[in-house]
Amino acid sequence: MAHVLLIEDEANIAEALRFILARDGWQVSVYADGAAGLAAVTALQPDLLILDLMLPNLSGLEVLVALRAAAATQDLPVLMLTAKGQERDRAAAEAAGVSAFMTKPFDNAEIRARVRALLGG
Amino acid sequence: MPLSALTGTRLRDRRIALGLRQAELAERVAISASYLNLIEHNRRRINDALLGRLAQALDLPVQAFQDGVGAAVLDNLRAAAARLPGAELERTEDFAGRYPGWAGLVTGLYQRVMGLERALEEVSDRMSHDPHLSASLHEVLSAVSSVHSTAAILADTEDIEPEWQARFLTNLQDDSKRLALGAEALVRYLDNAGQAEEQGFAAPQEEVEAWLAAANWQPGDLADLASSAARDMARAFIAQGEGDARALPMPAFTQAVEQIGPDPVQLAARFGADVMAAFRRLALLPDAQAGLVICDASGTLTFRKPLAGFALPRFGAACPLWPLFTALARPMTPVETVIEVAQGRRFRVLAFCQPRYPSGFRGPELREAAMLILPEADFLAPALAVGSTCRICQQSACAARREPSILTG
Repeated sequence: MAHVLLIEDEANIAEALRFILARDGWQVSVYADGAAGLAAVTALQPDLLILDLMLPNLSGLEVLVALRAAAATQDLPVLMLTAKGQERDRAAAEAAGVSAFMTKPFDNAEIRARVRALLGG
Repeated sequence: MPLSALTGTRLRDRRIALGLRQAELAERVAISASYLNLIEHNRRRINDALLGRLAQALDLPVQAFQDGVGAAVLDNLRAAAARLPGAELERTEDFAGRYPGWAGLVTGLYQRVMGLERALEEVSDRMSHDPHLSASLHEVLSAVSSVHSTAAILADTEDIEPEWQARFLTNLQDDSKRLALGAEALVRYLDNAGQAEEQGFAAPQEEVEAWLAAANWQPGDLADLASSAARDMARAFIAQGEGDARALPMPAFTQAVEQIGPDPVQLAARFGADVMAAFRRLALLPDAQAGLVICDASGTLTFRKPLAGFALPRFGAACPLWPLFTALARPMTPVETVIEVAQGRRFRVLAFCQPRYPSGFRGPELREAAMLILPEADFLAPALAVGSTCRICQQSACAARREPSILTG
């Protein structure tokens, strides 16, 4: 069972995502803080990271940059979520090496499809 | 007929534009070439009859060679051409002279477009950078995302367990409350922000300057200002003006100006007043033929009173060669220079920078620099070539240029 790690500080969004991904058969871990989430990725080595952009302590972009700088996580698939949806955020995330990008509010079916695609399903 | 110091320059520009030699034009109007040379260099005043003959020979109405509204219209037309390329720049004076009504319409529309563009930029900038708006939008979008996703789960999952169903219903209720509060906060914010934009003003400073200009730079009725920020700035301006008037009272101040001249440093010393107060007093006397720009330590123009013929940038950064910025870098050192701007127009400028320490030893140094702009009739003295802002400056070989000018192609 593939492991999806979610870093999202909005508790209700995290709960909804955990529910729909778990029902698709993925193992889901949730963290609400950028720094704690980054440490968890390093420790747990998930198969996919879903990463919010605006996070407490360490932004999603900072987490992404740190992951791409480490050999163990430089190829980890990262799906970034943001409520801002602005072009410069997308450009910054793409420059930092994001695998895919989705803007909130997202469609459940679409995010499930993105996760499947990123996990090679 | 009272002629401006610029009439000769305009006659010369027009003659050159028509490809006429000085001797040819002089012969047509029955004067010597040397006398025309003096006129063109603004060293001789001419009478109505001769100006009429010259205007006729140069195929433009007399008004095209006079200053005042004409110079302002030309400045605005050039600025419009800089923003919307395609116009025949070399024929700007011809156009303004032949069709003054159309020229006024074009410049009026240009100013309206600029005001609207700026207001739009301001809204866009606020959307991007205003922390309050950004936080409100983020809150609303987060609540919408949660509602959207949770509602879809409840609608699409037929076999959902009762405890999950109960949790999601609670989440929906919480998020709908957040959504309502977030939407209310946004509406309140946008309501307050919209007032000044409706009048085409991008910033409170611009609104206050327009309010002052409308009343010959004397404070008018605060109720005429749309935004509360502009009213606050206007109150501060009025209080500052009252302080300046107490420190530099009439009629003693005007008498001192007649004796000393418009020297803010000496005037301030005579009255024991602040030098910046003398700058403001000189520029803001009723009917003062003087412009004034003030900037803070970042170089941002915090006050702009224009003088005909010297365009002050409405938005964006000013020409870095202005003596204002020389003074900013040398606090407490008077800087006096003759400057030459587009079309050979000259001005005498006096600049000074005054540091302040409102929090004493513990606080930051705050710098404010002022530049008084006075008409200059001496067309022989060495002059520093400056512009308004790079975008509409015609000085092609300028070491200080930040960006290309549209006027020089």
